[in-house]
Amino acid sequence: MATDTATTVHDDGHEHAPSFIDRWFFGTNHKDIGTLYLLFSLAMFLIGGAMAMIIRAELFMPGMQIVNPEFFNQMTTMHALVMIFGAVMPAFVGLANWMLPLMIGAPDMALPRLNNLSFWILPFAFLIMLSTLFMEGGGPAGGWTLYPPLSLQQGNSMAFVIFAIHMMGLSSIMGAINIIATVLNMRAPGMDLLKMPIFPWTWLITAFLLIGVMPVLAGAITMLLTDKFFLTSFFNAAGGGDPVMYQHIFWFFGHPEVYIMILPAFGVVSEIIPTFSRKPLFGYQAMVYATASIAFLSFIVWAHHMFTVGMPLGGELFFMYATMLIAVPTGVKVFNWVSTMWQGSLTFETPMLFAIGFVVMFTIGGFSGLMLAIVPADYQYHDTYFVVAHFHYVLVTGSVFALMAGAYYWLPKWTGYMYNETLGKWHFWLSTIFVNLLFFPQHFLGLAGMPRRIPDYNIAFSDFNMISSIGGFGFGLAQLLFVYVVWSCARGRSGIKVGDRVWEGARGLEWTVPSPAPHHTFTTPPKFDDRDLAHGDVSH
Amino acid sequence: MTPRRILACLAMLVVTTVPALAANPQRWQLNMTPGVTEYSRQVYDLHMLILWICVVIGVIVFGAMGYAIFKFRKSKGAVAAKWSHSTVAEVTWTVIPVLILIGTAWPATKTLIWIDDARESEMTIKVTGYQWLWRYEYIGTDVNFISRMDRESDRTRMLRSGMDPAAVQRDGENVYLLDVDNPLVLPTNTKVRFVITANDVIHSFWVPALGWKQDAIPGFINEAWTEIHTPGTYRGQCAELCGKDHAFMPIVIEAVPREQFDIWLEEQNRLAAGDAGDSNAPLAQLAADDALLANATESL
Repeated sequence: MATDTATTVHDDGHEHAPSFIDRWFFGTNHKDIGTLYLLFSLAMFLIGGAMAMIIRAELFMPGMQIVNPEFFNQMTTMHALVMIFGAVMPAFVGLANWMLPLMIGAPDMALPRLNNLSFWILPFAFLIMLSTLFMEGGGPAGGWTLYPPLSLQQGNSMAFVIFAIHMMGLSSIMGAINIIATVLNMRAPGMDLLKMPIFPWTWLITAFLLIGVMPVLAGAITMLLTDKFFLTSFFNAAGGGDPVMYQHIFWFFGHPEVYIMILPAFGVVSEIIPTFSRKPLFGYQAMVYATASIAFLSFIVWAHHMFTVGMPLGGELFFMYATMLIAVPTGVKVFNWVSTMWQGSLTFETPMLFAIGFVVMFTIGGFSGLMLAIVPADYQYHDTYFVVAHFHYVLVTGSVFALMAGAYYWLPKWTGYMYNETLGKWHFWLSTIFVNLLFFPQHFLGLAGMPRRIPDYNIAFSDFNMISSIGGFGFGLAQLLFVYVVWSCARGRSGIKVGDRVWEGARGLEWTVPSPAPHHTFTTPPKFDDRDLAHGDVSH
Repeated sequence: MTPRRILACLAMLVVTTVPALAANPQRWQLNMTPGVTEYSRQVYDLHMLILWICVVIGVIVFGAMGYAIFKFRKSKGAVAAKWSHSTVAEVTWTVIPVLILIGTAWPATKTLIWIDDARESEMTIKVTGYQWLWRYEYIGTDVNFISRMDRESDRTRMLRSGMDPAAVQRDGENVYLLDVDNPLVLPTNTKVRFVITANDVIHSFWVPALGWKQDAIPGFINEAWTEIHTPGTYRGQCAELCGKDHAFMPIVIEAVPREQFDIWLEEQNRLAAGDAGDSNAPLAQLAADDALLANATESL
């Protein structure tokens, strides 16, 4: 245990201002690394978004106007890889880096140097992956799922893609180890696991998912690599291999992966809704257990991505039932958020708006997910725009909206200034209107028979595609507003300095430190009252 | 079997009063169609069942949320309550969804068991996916041909072709990217079994009016079946990303009455046997077959 004297000495050692290079490239401070993660993910969000703009521009009307089909396929593939591995996952790791130590009263992450390494792998991984677009034969064009045999038709640039994904996996695993070590070892004295705020809880569970499945992905793509370059036949039927086995292995990673992207979002929203309802989180323990159940179930539902590959009846039934079961803990969460708001004292600042938008639109994505679980109906939905609509509702209006909510919620804590509330609200309303214009008509397109991953379509699909594209351009432009709001907030343009407890109803240790949070916090473990914790639940 | 047949006949009466077009995609179409088989109708019914369940739950949840948003505003002087638990509520909203799910899984299971059964089929078609066309073999005959997208669609879909997709018409219907040179001809009121595979990468055979899609996977043979009741032309597309021309390998099924089909098949069989006599030629010899088959099926 650090004594007061030791802490003072320690602080003194860091009083000098490190040079720019030392601080941002070699630094191990959790807040700086959190900032790096968040800025990196914002950059990737814009790059992946630009790819989406190309996709929506080509789909604006029937006929091929802008790009050829080969490039279109590279765009859909890269858009997904960049958004999943470059935008959403690192953004949540960024929030974890910034907020976990503050929320559990720790001075830093448990493994600060590993933290630096796990971030700095990422820019290089993405540099390598994106550079394949400029190589002979182009980048990956077989979809982000990289199904063989199609993915093996890519040129030699495939080796770069696989290497890059390996690096991203390494980064994720190291980040996850760090989070588990931090949460399990560095909580302030008196903070039992079941008193811990909900965001660290969701991240703790997510970190176990990451460690469980990233090595599986690594195995799958390594087998692709040897099939392509070393003449093995893991997935080559002509050599005695099995292309469907790849799908099983991939989705054993891929399904928990989608929960990796949504569980921390649940955590963020579960912090925000109680704050702006001025009421404790309803059913805190149920929330924790529901998160754990979802995480467990995520390991036994993978083949619902594969209902049309020709599985035996028993397999289809099992995966249908298991998938439907997920609706139960997910429903518990939604009901609990609504109950938290019930009889609260609600205000609607930008974080709350994004959180409410999250609950409504994530639930819509959950409904279409339930529909997709019904095997006979999935025979129609599978691989159509209905699926595209479904996963964008859970990923964009789900994960991304939660990230936006979290960014607005904690921006004042990070910068010491209030963001521009008017522009924040504009950002919310423009995003919400356009994102629904973008994705809701895609349900209709899928039900009417439009397959996904096609660059051109019949006239029958033209009207809703045009509406969807207009929504896409609007949503894309609205995000530039977010970039401006973040920039102006960081520069203190609003001129409104904020205190420790930025929001009236905010609870939790992160609101007991000054704003902006000083470089070093909780160098001595904080003493706290249980009622200060975010969920405000002291009944156990 | 018999009651189902009677039902099917009744359904057919209803369906035939609707324009045959309705099985193919329409502008501003919002929902799945019931299709033209008992299979597709059951799939459609399940789809509507789960859709309405979602709508009802949605109305309740969003209704409660909307009420909370308007009623419990701080600006209206709402004061926050302190409670954060209710065991009764939590048990209720765990148990009720479980019951709803069981209620949904039951019909879904029944339908799935029924549609899984491809036995007692009267004929078998072998479907093989290639980049980027389909081959259809009528098992037990010499009839075997490939089917690829029509030339007009193909010319129109070239990058900046300057041609108008709306101009690609057949019988007054827009068929851009949804028409082929040689459609798959099938008899109505006959249980047809499909065995589906692929020769290069994974494809997926999908005609929405039949109610299912089934992946075509190299090295695997998948099974599916249909029994079409309404004569007509039903259009679909490859549904699994299969490379650059994934969007350009449509499927067209021409469903004709049994007698007409028998005449057609006999004629095709004669042509195929007379022309080549090598119907067992390796499938890989696509190019060689192509010329022959183009002639053989011209008569359609």
